[in-house]
Amino acid sequence: MSAPDTREVILEARELTREFDGVKALDRFSFKLHRGEVLGLLGANGAGKTTAMNCLLGLTLPTSGELTAFGLPLQANRIKILQRSNFSSAYTALPGNLLVWQNLLVFARIYGVPNPKKKIAELLELLEIPHLQKRVTGQLSAGESTRVNLCKAFLNDPELLMLDEPTASLDPDIADKVRKVVRKVQRERSIAILYTSHNMRDIEEVCDRVIFLHKGKIVREGTPSDIVAQSSSDNLEDVFIKIARDGEILDEPKKDSAV
Amino acid sequence: MNFRIISALVMRHLFLYSRTPMRMVELVFWPLVDLVVWGNVTVFIQKNSDAKFGGFILFFLGAMILWDILFRAQQGVAISFLEDVWTRNLLNIFVAPVRTAEYLSSTFVVGFLRILITCVVMSLVSWIGYSFNIFQLQWWLVPFFLNLMVFGWALGMISTALILRWGQAAESLAWAVPFFIQPVVCVFYRVEDMPAWSQPIAWLFPATPIFEGMREVMKTGSMSWNHLWLAAGLNVIYLSLAGWLFVWVLNLTRKRGLLTKFATQ
Repeated sequence: MSAPDTREVILEARELTREFDGVKALDRFSFKLHRGEVLGLLGANGAGKTTAMNCLLGLTLPTSGELTAFGLPLQANRIKILQRSNFSSAYTALPGNLLVWQNLLVFARIYGVPNPKKKIAELLELLEIPHLQKRVTGQLSAGESTRVNLCKAFLNDPELLMLDEPTASLDPDIADKVRKVVRKVQRERSIAILYTSHNMRDIEEVCDRVIFLHKGKIVREGTPSDIVAQSSSDNLEDVFIKIARDGEILDEPKKDSAV
Repeated sequence: MNFRIISALVMRHLFLYSRTPMRMVELVFWPLVDLVVWGNVTVFIQKNSDAKFGGFILFFLGAMILWDILFRAQQGVAISFLEDVWTRNLLNIFVAPVRTAEYLSSTFVVGFLRILITCVVMSLVSWIGYSFNIFQLQWWLVPFFLNLMVFGWALGMISTALILRWGQAAESLAWAVPFFIQPVVCVFYRVEDMPAWSQPIAWLFPATPIFEGMREVMKTGSMSWNHLWLAAGLNVIYLSLAGWLFVWVLNLTRKRGLLTKFATQ
């Protein structure tokens, strides 16, 4: 008999379902995210990742099911929870017409960061972009912009961080730097991270555990290496492709291990 | 309500205006065009008519400046929201610990600052160009100014709610909504000058007693309390309904999952 899991649950979804015009984008989706854990949410386009992320951020209300963060129901405690969380996405931007330091200062004040100028300088240093401080945000490259968004995401020392495809459209060098910084900060501060990506390298390097979604349902869950070992695939990318093409195929055990 | 958060949201707009002087031009350019056109028209009428039109400059320019207060207050709310949409920043705000009331309050403050800038410039130009001193309108006008600003905020919330509901295709409402009501709120004429059937409609809007009251103050130099109380009462109703509409639409977009689509389109 295995020992009970005593790790602190930071985020929990129970039987989360979200329907759009009768179609289930999420179908009884349940999971737990623990303190200090990086959980990858994977799936093809339309698998339900974005819907899940939006429900978890309180941007979309679930049709049914329960969501709690830090032990509190999400909807009733949205502000308290958001104060301890943060978010960064490749698909949102900080106002392009402001300077980088101006954008970061505004968000530092929103989150009530003590000594915001010092904090901003530290984060810019950490992400190796102190030279961008006085640049216009809208004129940054994709890689620079991603790192500035991450600065914003780390401003309030979040205990829960949601990263939506943080390395999308980045070159391999910058993507590698971003992954390393995320992992470093996450380990130092024991942050719980929910991470979505289409880049399997990201997932293998950053995530402790992975959930594969297909048509709104969880079809695989485990560590990246366990998932590969349990499938008839050689690597996570093959697993991804098989699930994207036919989610059920992976329910069959790997031929080698079945013998 | 957290004032730190409101001030942070206002600071963002101040940075924006300080960084892009063209936005200041927008605040001043159209009011100035209006002022010069109407100023010249009223001078022309005055020169070519008998003495009973003597107060035209006072009435027209006064009405125009007051209309601009309403328009700028409405714009403060609606354009501040659109700025977040245009810059794809809306999601960052909605996933930050910002309450709806704090977000709206920051847009009210931005609206107030826009009014302040526009009013100072228009007052100076009308004084220099047409010898029209806004302060001759009496201090009694201040409560009417404030009521007009509050009605502008309510219209701003209604415009924003409609844009949130119908998406960016409805953006033009940010500019159009005040003009939908302009014909019936008696900005430049009295209620009794309107067709009889439309007069009861006019009294449904707080702006009507405000403009009627303004004319009363300018004519008699004394306060028109009935108009003021009617405007204030209607404003309480409008502000409450507009706030309720905004929150209702926001929840509806969350329920239907439209918020993220709208914020990232």
